[in-house]
Amino acid sequence: MKLRYKRLGLILGAVALVAVAIGLVLNAFQSNIVFFYTPTQIVNGEVPKETSFRIGGMVLEGSLKRQDDGLTVQFAVTDTVNVVPVTYTGILPDLFKEGKGVVAQGALDSQGRFVASNVLAKHDENYMPPEAAEALKRAKVTQSPAVQPDGSNS
Amino acid sequence: MIPEIGHFALVLALFVAIVQGVMPIAGATLLKPIWIGLAIPAARLQFVLVALSMICLAYTFAVKDYSVLYVASNSNSQLPLHYRVAALWGGHEGSLLLWAFILNVWTLAVTFFSKGLPALTRARIIGVMGLISIGFLLFLLTVSNPFERLIPAALDGRDLNPLLQDPGMVFHPPMLYMGYVGFSVAFAFAIAALLSGELDATWARWSRPWTILAWLFLTIGIMAGSNWAYYELGWGGWWFWDAVENASFMPWLVGTALLHSLAVTEKRGTFKAWTVLLAITAFSLSLLGTFLVRSGVLTSVHAFATDPERGLFILAFLVIVIGGSLALFAWRASSIVRGGGFSALSRESFLLSNNVLLVVAAASVMLGTLYPLVLDTLNLGKISVGPPYFDAVFAPLMAPAVFLMGIGPLARWKKAELPELVVRLRWAFVVSLLVAGLLPLLLGRWTPMIGLGIFLAFWVFASSLQSLWLRLRLAGVPLIERFKRLTFAWWGMWLAHVGIGVFILGVTIVKGFETETAVRMHPGDVAHLSGYDFVFDGVTKVQGPNYTATQGNFRVNKNERELATIHPQKRLYTVQNMPMTEAGISAGIWSDQYASLGEPLGDGSWSVRIYYKPMVNWIWGGCLLMAIGGGLALSDKRYRIKRKGHQVDGVAA
Repeated sequence: MKLRYKRLGLILGAVALVAVAIGLVLNAFQSNIVFFYTPTQIVNGEVPKETSFRIGGMVLEGSLKRQDDGLTVQFAVTDTVNVVPVTYTGILPDLFKEGKGVVAQGALDSQGRFVASNVLAKHDENYMPPEAAEALKRAKVTQSPAVQPDGSNS
Repeated sequence: MIPEIGHFALVLALFVAIVQGVMPIAGATLLKPIWIGLAIPAARLQFVLVALSMICLAYTFAVKDYSVLYVASNSNSQLPLHYRVAALWGGHEGSLLLWAFILNVWTLAVTFFSKGLPALTRARIIGVMGLISIGFLLFLLTVSNPFERLIPAALDGRDLNPLLQDPGMVFHPPMLYMGYVGFSVAFAFAIAALLSGELDATWARWSRPWTILAWLFLTIGIMAGSNWAYYELGWGGWWFWDAVENASFMPWLVGTALLHSLAVTEKRGTFKAWTVLLAITAFSLSLLGTFLVRSGVLTSVHAFATDPERGLFILAFLVIVIGGSLALFAWRASSIVRGGGFSALSRESFLLSNNVLLVVAAASVMLGTLYPLVLDTLNLGKISVGPPYFDAVFAPLMAPAVFLMGIGPLARWKKAELPELVVRLRWAFVVSLLVAGLLPLLLGRWTPMIGLGIFLAFWVFASSLQSLWLRLRLAGVPLIERFKRLTFAWWGMWLAHVGIGVFILGVTIVKGFETETAVRMHPGDVAHLSGYDFVFDGVTKVQGPNYTATQGNFRVNKNERELATIHPQKRLYTVQNMPMTEAGISAGIWSDQYASLGEPLGDGSWSVRIYYKPMVNWIWGGCLLMAIGGGLALSDKRYRIKRKGHQVDGVAA
């Protein structure tokens, strides 16, 4: 009889622990999952305000501008259909280049500009970050007027 | 010709592996001595064949034979010899060959160091390892043959990813694989025990040193990888909760649980079913890690290939191994004799709680790693689960585990008394609480996380000192004698636990007190960070064997005194025209000063990242202590005596 109680205690203890762990996981998931949006989704206003998310696409040719402090940069990310302006303060990764894939994490400011806290580019010349590839793919599916050469979208 | 010999050796190895996997196990069931006798010669022959295959591939790399596809895609004529050879495991095919080779190294070791085992058990163990080998050799030969020819031959190779051209590449993957694959031995022991139905304490005693050795390699492998990322990636991080890192960390967590569970099974004869399950899980997670890293389902710096065929193969293999062994477990579980009981407060219960915490932590890491993949596969959207998730889940699970770790070694087996434990540990508790309250204030910043980290670190130190003191306090025996009574196994445990404390202290101080800045620097400029002055003396050009570099020259000063000069580089690897950042670090026990170059901004100035990393080396120092602890435990007398009795040398050497 006593052994059975002891076992019951052990099992209850384990169950309680797992429950706590699940609680922790759910809680952490709720606040720490970062969603991904394409430039088109952002332009269409599908992104909730004041949340951190990831944007993916190509760095628009000719869009990279550096401010005088040398550390604040502006560039535009496109999925070939829509364009989102991005601003970032910090040092860009080695493989960040115009016309190449990029993924950035951050949030929109009040003017609809994406303020990046983190810019990711991976270590391979021909590598396309999966999010960037996805953005281009989705844009292709809903093909509509292409981006104007000057970077503005109609 | 040489590549064909390597390929042919692999084909032969597959046939030998089939003999090794099937005959001894069947022989052990049907009691056919001749079949059983095939186990050892087959295993040794397979080792020779796979080793020959490795040598052929290494030779092909060394002589720059670009008519072999794998060599052409992973090396280049300008690559120095040591990287050309290490490029062998720089890609998908070669690293799987390394996997198979290391599996054979472990099998060979088993054939030599298992003379005390009953013949049937030994045959089954070697058989199970043969079965695993069949899977990997089939995989190599069908979908990822490293010896595939490229016709017409390439004029030159495409080069090894510059990120991998580092001394870390020479050591990190083999060490990590020694750990990963080493769990196959514990797995084979467990399966052999399940097959025979003889799950007793001897099984645990035999598989314990093998598990410790594998765990030791895995610890060093993960440590080397973390250190490599720290100085190579150029942003000063030492752990990113990257899926590939998680893939190696999950087996480590479960392997650590397995070590402790094996100890209980050996000493007390309980936890048998749990230990078997852990052995199966640890190896399954190693396979899962291989699947995650090698199938290309993850796209990170470590993923080399994207090929659905390979993914499916590994997935099927995974299902067969995990499903098969769990089915076997379910079938045999009822035959496992229950061990002795223990009270709710005992060393067993502490170890069990720690086991459960470690496994739950591993599960939460797995969830965070796989969840985005699952969502993506089901087309439910793309998300990423970043370091904040892992920090938020992992720390609350590990904190109680570390707290219990301080108590466990002081608790008695079977039944401990709470008042006794309280008396034994009250000073340790008070001291660590005081340090946690005061030390951060002295350092200038107190937050709950810093307080908790310092508390846990000093709790580990203080309780370890307490347990050492209790062991040395025996009355009436001279001190030397008392020291002699402490076994190497005990010292190993003690040192590994202290290592955890050192590790926690390092993590806490780095996370709490590191500083960084990104600045624009003109030659002559000085950047100030946490009391250090970084003087930029401009850049010089440097020519490497296969790259050109711009080298920044920095002096690190403190209070007007020059401490060090550091030379971060911006390299351009000429073959792929790929830029790489090489950090400049002035390392020390108490802090690292770290600089890496950003971009040239015209007029001779550069954007520069500067970091101050206090006590960052304690992180790896702690891991090293854990590994040394593992080594001490392995050199314990009981393993040595056994070996001497059979005239074999130590495995641990």
